[in-house]
This record gives sequence, structure tokens and C-alpha cells, in this order.
Amino acid sequence: MNRNYSDGEFAVEVSKLTRDFGHFRAVDAVSFSVEKGEIFGFLGANGAGKTTTVRMLCGLLMPSSGTAAVGGFDVYTQVEQIKNSIGYMSQSFSLYEDLTVRENIQFYGGVYGLKRKEIRRKTEELLDYLNLWDHADQLTRDLPLGWKQRMALSTAILHDPNIIFLDEPTSGVDPASRRDFWLLIYELAERGKTVFVTTHYMDEAEYCDRVSIMKQGKIVEIDKPEVLKEKYGSESMQQVFINVVSEVIGE
Amino acid sequence: MENPIVIENLKKSYGKVQAVDNVSLEVAPGEVFGLIGPDGAGKTTIIRILVSLLSPDSGKVFFLGKDVSKNPVFVRSHIGYMPQRFSLYRDLSVEQNLRFFGDLFHISRAKQGKQMEWLYNFSKLRPFKNRLAGALSGGMKQKLALSCMLMHEPEVIVLDEPTFGVDPVSRHEFWDILKTLAEHGITILVSTAYMDEANLCSRVALLHEGHILAMDKPKTLVQQFQHPIFRLESNQPYSLYTKLKTTEFADSIHLFGDGIHFSDKDQLGQRTIVRKLKEWNIEYDSIQPVQANLEDLFLERMR
Repeated sequence: MNRNYSDGEFAVEVSKLTRDFGHFRAVDAVSFSVEKGEIFGFLGANGAGKTTTVRMLCGLLMPSSGTAAVGGFDVYTQVEQIKNSIGYMSQSFSLYEDLTVRENIQFYGGVYGLKRKEIRRKTEELLDYLNLWDHADQLTRDLPLGWKQRMALSTAILHDPNIIFLDEPTSGVDPASRRDFWLLIYELAERGKTVFVTTHYMDEAEYCDRVSIMKQGKIVEIDKPEVLKEKYGSESMQQVFINVVSEVIGE
Repeated sequence: MENPIVIENLKKSYGKVQAVDNVSLEVAPGEVFGLIGPDGAGKTTIIRILVSLLSPDSGKVFFLGKDVSKNPVFVRSHIGYMPQRFSLYRDLSVEQNLRFFGDLFHISRAKQGKQMEWLYNFSKLRPFKNRLAGALSGGMKQKLALSCMLMHEPEVIVLDEPTFGVDPVSRHEFWDILKTLAEHGITILVSTAYMDEANLCSRVALLHEGHILAMDKPKTLVQQFQHPIFRLESNQPYSLYTKLKTTEFADSIHLFGDGIHFSDKDQLGQRTIVRKLKEWNIEYDSIQPVQANLEDLFLERMR
């Protein structure tokens, strides 16, 4: 969809970013930028270099060369500031199943270094927001998957980061819960948060403002989903993706 | 001839959770039958009962005409089963893995050779036959696991979410292989949480919380969708959605990647919808009728 978000400021700015593992160039001079408040889909085949790029952006891996700034902070020298300004949620999200909903929120509040008063306030805010008061003292393992997913996202942003990285966020949830999840993402974007999503599922790509497609370490396409669909004469992002990437079949 | 897979009134609960609730279905020879549903819908439970790894609370399952609960050895030696987490021997080569599974099923070496050649033709793994399984890409591992379970030439194969976590190109290729196998007369039961894969099946059952919501050919299912769907596009989808939620349309709208779908249950028609939106001062870029898809159907039936 053509969402309005642009105010010209960048949340992520990457120029000629490169990472080698021995003789293998996993990420090859990649350049792109993501605007503040944008929902950005980061697509590519297995082994195309997505995870390596995301790890560099999150300050978990040093680039070999090139530059990257996340929230205005340099990935070489300001790793701690980056970690404070991003939230990260993966498909195998890390809620503690044998803690209650309330305990999980409190635990993550502690991990992010929030003060006790803030944790209390955040806990109430979140239980309100997720409509989980009735289940606050229930073990997390007993919640339906869709609720866990929304809770995992909410705890990943307890420290109010400006940029949120999501790794295949809605795998396996039912269609109704998936919509609840994307509403949450849209709402975050409305509040000016930048959302960076990696996924193999092209129906998720359709929700993004812009997507990039990585192939063998390089970004080969980057644009709005509807522009790419028109360019490749395809009705779905699935078909666009297959057209763009299919030359690497068989490796 | 009797259908190779017949499931009658199957029930299974885990404690208070009714994982499978009165499921009946039949898979015909050479069909690619899809069990489509989210995590927790009951897909894995149905499959585990079918391959004799789990006993049902009640109901009957017949595999090639035999009662599964009374013939577990027959089932296990004649079915091809690829579990969600398949195990390959990482420190054996592609070919050694294939031979290992051939040996397990007492297939003669000569026959193994023939079967491997056939499998290499569509898996395209021949150039990699001496590579260690641990060094294969995700998509190639998937194809090797599929090939291993075909070494004993089963007539029926059962795959539990085989494409989970695999990129779209490899998934596409994997489904092409399944189609080829079906053309060779192999009957296939496959589960997936992804609706887009439903369209690649000859018939599907949409599963939710242990129930079958709908079952038919994917095309027939969407054609049966009773009322028109209109897609509303806007550059402010979130604010459009929240505004619509405050109107009498609230229960008829769903957020999709390409816009907001309005399912016109009362057959208002486009003109009336447009007039109402104008009355309520709701702005949007465009409105057009679209073909319902399986996700629309799933959303409607799961209420």
C-alpha cells in the first residue's frame, strides 16, 4: 500500500556495505536507506546475505568495509547507542514459557535497564494495550500463538526504540492473528517507528511500503511492491521474487 | 478401488485441548491433498495418527484399505513420511544418505541404484551426490530428505510442513517436484501453514482448532464464496482501517497487504458502499471488486 510517511529523515543509511567470510563475500557493496516511519521489507533467497546484513545493522557483526548508520549511529563506533535504539524480534521469539505474562514483561524491563517505577507503568500500559489483564498471571506457554507473537513484539520494544527489526514475524499464525499483528506494526509506524522486516512469505511483503530483494550478496531490486509488480508484469510479489531470484536455482 | 487414505470421525485430545475434533477426509490416488491451517490447527496430530505414531481417542484411519491401528508395521513399511524436523546424516554424503534409507527398507543395491537415478532426475542433486549432507543449502536438504523417503518406492507419501522456513524460489521448486510425483501416480498428503501454497494442491482441507472449516478444490472453494469482496486502497491504510472500525462496516473489513478487503454480506453493491463512505466523510484512493481468495474464506469461516 502507498502509505504516507516521508519526512525525508533516514533511520537506516547504508553505503557500499561489505562483509567477507574468508574468501566468501557474503554482502557485496550494498547501498540503501530506510526512511523514518517506513515499513521496509528485506527479502532474498536463503544464503543471499540478509542475515549478515541485519547482524551488521544491529551491531552484532563488524563490516569488512563500507559505512552504515542506524538511528544516526555508526555501526563501527557507536554499537551501544545502536543497541539502545533498536528492538529485535525473531520468529523463535524469546518469551519465557514458564513465566507468567506479567513476569515476562517485568523481566524484559529489567534487561533493558528500566527503573522499577517505569517497569510498573510499562507493565500496566502493555496489559491494557494487549488486552491481557485477564491473563496477566497465566503462564505464557498457555497463550495462543497469535497472542504470544504480539506480546513478543511488545516486550521487544519496552525500551521504546525508534527502529524495530522483525525476522519472519508471523510464521504459523492464523489469518486473523496475522492481521492483528500487522495492525500493531502499522500503528508503530504511525507513531514514527521504523519497521525493518525480513521474510520468506510474500504476502507479508505486500504489507510493506518498500521492499528490497537480495541475491548473491547484492541488492538487485528496491522499490514499492506495486511498482515491482508492474515492472515484472506479475500479480503477486511471489512471482516477482521468483523472476528476480530464479537464476540462482541449483546454486 | 478404495481411496489410499480414509479418515473417519477422528478425535484426539491432549488434556483439555481438543487437537482434532471429528475430522473425516479421503485422499484419492494421485492427488496432492493439502492440510492447510495455522499452528495448533491439528495438522501434525492428524499426520502422526495416520503414520501410526500416535493413537486416536476415537475414529478410524485406513491406509491402503488397512486399519492403521491394527497394522502399524504394514503402514510404516509402505508409507513415505517426512516429519517436520527430518533427520539427515550430516556427515554422510548425499548418495550415502540415500543408500542408508534404501538399506533400512531392505531394498536391493541394484534397485537402489535405479531409484537413485530416477530421484536425481527431478531433485537435480546428481552434481552434489558426493557432497556431505551437512554442507547442503536449506532447499537442497529438503529435496534430499524427500528423496530419502522415496527410496522404498512408497505409493503414498505424507509431508508435515516441508516448506517451513524455505525461501520462495526453493519452495516453488519443491512444489514442482511434488506435482511431478503426483503425475507418476504417487498419492500425496502435505501440510502447510501458508495459504498461498493451497493453490498448488488438487484438493485442500482448511483446518482451524481441530475442525475442518472447508474442503474442496481451491478454485471451487473461492468460487463458492457467497458474497462480493471490494478492495479499498489508501495511502493511510491504518487510519482508514481504524475509521471503518467505528462504522457499521466494522465486522466486514479485513486488512490485507494490498488494501482493505470489505466483504459485502448484505449485497449493498459498490454504489451504496461509496455513498455511505462519503456520508461518513471517509477518504480513500480507490475501490474495486476483487476475487475472494482462500484467506478471505478462512477469515469468514473461523469466526
